[in-house]
Amino acid sequence: MSQWVEACGAGDIEEEDLIRFDHGGKTYAVYRSPNDEYFATDGLCTHEKVHLEGGLVMDYVIECPKHNGRFDYRTGEALAAPVCVNLNTYPVKVEAGRVFIKIG
Amino acid sequence: MSQHNRDYSLTGRDAQRAVETGLASAEWYHTDVPRKAMKEMMKRKDGPAIRDTVIWLGSMIVLAGIGVALWPSWWSAPFFLAYGVLYGSATDSRWHECGHGTAFKTRWMNDVVYQIASFMIMRNPVTWRWSHTRHHTDTIIVGLDPEIVFMRPPELARILLNFFGVIDAFNAMSAMLRNAFGIISAEERTFVPDTEQPKVIFIARVWFAIYAAVIALAISTGSILPLMLVGLPRLYGAWHHVMTGLLQHGGLAENVIDHRLNSRTVYMNPLSRFIYWNMNYHVEHHMFPMIPYHALPELHALIKDDLPAPNTSILDGYREMWPAVLRQLRYEDYFVRRELPPTAKPYKAEYHQLAPSMLAAA
Ligand code: FES
Repeated sequence: MSQWVEACGAGDIEEEDLIRFDHGGKTYAVYRSPNDEYFATDGLCTHEKVHLEGGLVMDYVIECPKHNGRFDYRTGEALAAPVCVNLNTYPVKVEAGRVFIKIG
Repeated sequence: MSQHNRDYSLTGRDAQRAVETGLASAEWYHTDVPRKAMKEMMKRKDGPAIRDTVIWLGSMIVLAGIGVALWPSWWSAPFFLAYGVLYGSATDSRWHECGHGTAFKTRWMNDVVYQIASFMIMRNPVTWRWSHTRHHTDTIIVGLDPEIVFMRPPELARILLNFFGVIDAFNAMSAMLRNAFGIISAEERTFVPDTEQPKVIFIARVWFAIYAAVIALAISTGSILPLMLVGLPRLYGAWHHVMTGLLQHGGLAENVIDHRLNSRTVYMNPLSRFIYWNMNYHVEHHMFPMIPYHALPELHALIKDDLPAPNTSILDGYREMWPAVLRQLRYEDYFVRRELPPTAKPYKAEYHQLAPSMLAAA
């Protein structure tokens, strides 16, 4: 059953950046867009399971640190080789300055 | 423990063994760099690559124009030689940087330069994108890395011929013809996904058409001039990219998962760095492929205390590499073990428990 889980404070992520969030034996990436919106995806790249936390956020794109594969982190869509498989995304809400993601 | 009779084929015994021993897609060593500094260096820019591309292509047009005007006099030779380096060597690094997608901020600019450079360096842009991906996953892992130049024992004749692009161009033309006829080799299938293979074939057919047109023009005009401009510069201008490229990993360790052991950073003169687009910072590039070429000197300054001392020049690099390569003719397991400065984190034994070449050096 899915549930809202507190991932971090809204200010813990810089604008146009991401952080790693681990929960229940899984790892996630939580993003803050340049327009101050928040998003969440699986933490591991679908190409070779490298964590995206060291990657580069550009607008709404996350570029993987290993082979520069790109995803749209709003939809999880794989945008550029070598990634071919989309990322899972998760609903996010911000309440009282805390970021929650819906997982499960 | 020695590792005789290495099998560099991507479908062979050592490929299987690398998977079994955990060397495939392993966790590699990275120097700690603060996230803030990384973000700053990772930032994409168009300015440096636009400037360099204008200089690169502009120079090619001018040199080709003068070469053609002076043709067939020998006075055209220096202009063609310079044009050849920009065609047959500078494209190696443009192919590389644009393949990573880091040279320009604007995506289509990366893609256009990638296609142009791939054509000139004779690397199918689809096949080689995937082979290079594998090179970064499994750098110098025997049986997994498709881009190992110095296989042991080194085939020196092959390497020397490649200073004039002979083997590379022959292989490239063979692959182009094979792909143009719709055939993808077993090796290519190990790293090019099924969904991408039709693109390999399409590109090969386009290139085939271009080369056929250039050859037809040469025959109809009774002159090799068209081929001096398209195709042959990959031979007579290859020497610089081979000279710099051999230094990347030559004579260093195989089957390790720390780029400080299998890659080499070499300080180079500004002209070579322009042609090579800063790939002389090769340890840094492998450790952090997200950093654009123009930020590599900055990255080098930040992490150099954690890396072996760079070679001070191309000559200094060859003085280290060449004797090691010659020794590998007789002792396959020999390699240069690069010393770390006292400020560096030591090579981790647990990273290399399964690495035969490290054991050989111990
Ligand atoms: S691991 Fe992410 S692009 Fe390869």
